Amino acid sequence: MERKRRLSQYLFAVLANAYFLFPWNGLIYQGGLKKVCFPGLNCYSCPAATMSCPLGALQNFFATLRPGLRMGLFQTGAYVIGSLGLVGSFMGRMPCGWICPFGLVQDLIYKLPVPKINLWKGLKMGPYIFLCAFVFVLPLFAVDEFGYGSTWFCKYICPAGSLEAGIPLLLMDKELRSAAGWLFVHKMTILAVFMIMFSIVSRPFCRVVCPLGALFGLFNRWSWLQLKFHPDRCLQCRACRTICPTDVSFYNGTDALNSGTCIRCLRCLSICPTGAVSIHFTPVLSGEKNEIKIC
Amino acid sequence: MKRYVPLIVTAVCLFLTGFGIWAGDAAEVWRYGVTLCLSCIGIG
Repeated sequence: MERKRRLSQYLFAVLANAYFLFPWNGLIYQGGLKKVCFPGLNCYSCPAATMSCPLGALQNFFATLRPGLRMGLFQTGAYVIGSLGLVGSFMGRMPCGWICPFGLVQDLIYKLPVPKINLWKGLKMGPYIFLCAFVFVLPLFAVDEFGYGSTWFCKYICPAGSLEAGIPLLLMDKELRSAAGWLFVHKMTILAVFMIMFSIVSRPFCRVVCPLGALFGLFNRWSWLQLKFHPDRCLQCRACRTICPTDVSFYNGTDALNSGTCIRCLRCLSICPTGAVSIHFTPVLSGEKNEIKIC
Repeated sequence: MKRYVPLIVTAVCLFLTGFGIWAGDAAEVWRYGVTLCLSCIGIG
């Protein structure tokens, strides 16, 4: 199962960044696929990116909402919220575990043989705070005299943008290099802090910051894909807790199995020796129907 | 009723996606996507 997940992560990372002509023509991809929001954190300014970043698009919609409405335009970002919601309503936060390229970066760096620490559980509300403040409230309400806001999360926080777009573009373009100032230093500092965190804490960005994960996490409880815990089969061996990248502790009732924290990597399901965790895919929440057999 | 929440959520999201496409959101997403985001790279 873990090999399949890793393969899926690599596959989607390549698909989301499959424009390999950029070193020759010096342009970012401009084809029709950019109309599609990729269900993972992948900066659309990355020169190789083939799809759009839903967070960046959503912030842009909110930042330009007021002037747009004044001009009689109804471009409210419903398409971004709806398409993300469709993915979320089917599989909840599973894209975080199986699709997101930035999740893959975190998983790979965490493999470094350095001492590991646990994250304080109180930080689990962080992604919701970042989602509300930096994606909704600030772009919508912190506006200039013409009513235009800014993409606050992209501009001041997002380490994926610094890694996937900032570094390669500045390496490629002399003019961009000369334009880099304090904001670039600020973003590189954030990236460096996160890179260190990635090596000592499992998935710290997903658990503390990622607004996209928060958005998908809202659907975990109500998605078609549901995980089910069978306490009668549980040996309390804690294998699920030990292997969980987001430290979800459902075997003792501390956390709900389908809580917003779970990235649905399904490692608990594959490691459980007694099959105390099962997976279901059903549009109606009831019974044991449609159980998916995992081998 | 709670049993049908996943279906209702999916239907609402389908409606939002359709409405967004009708309103021209997809074209706007493309426009954002093909414009170099200076904020993302830490310049603008």
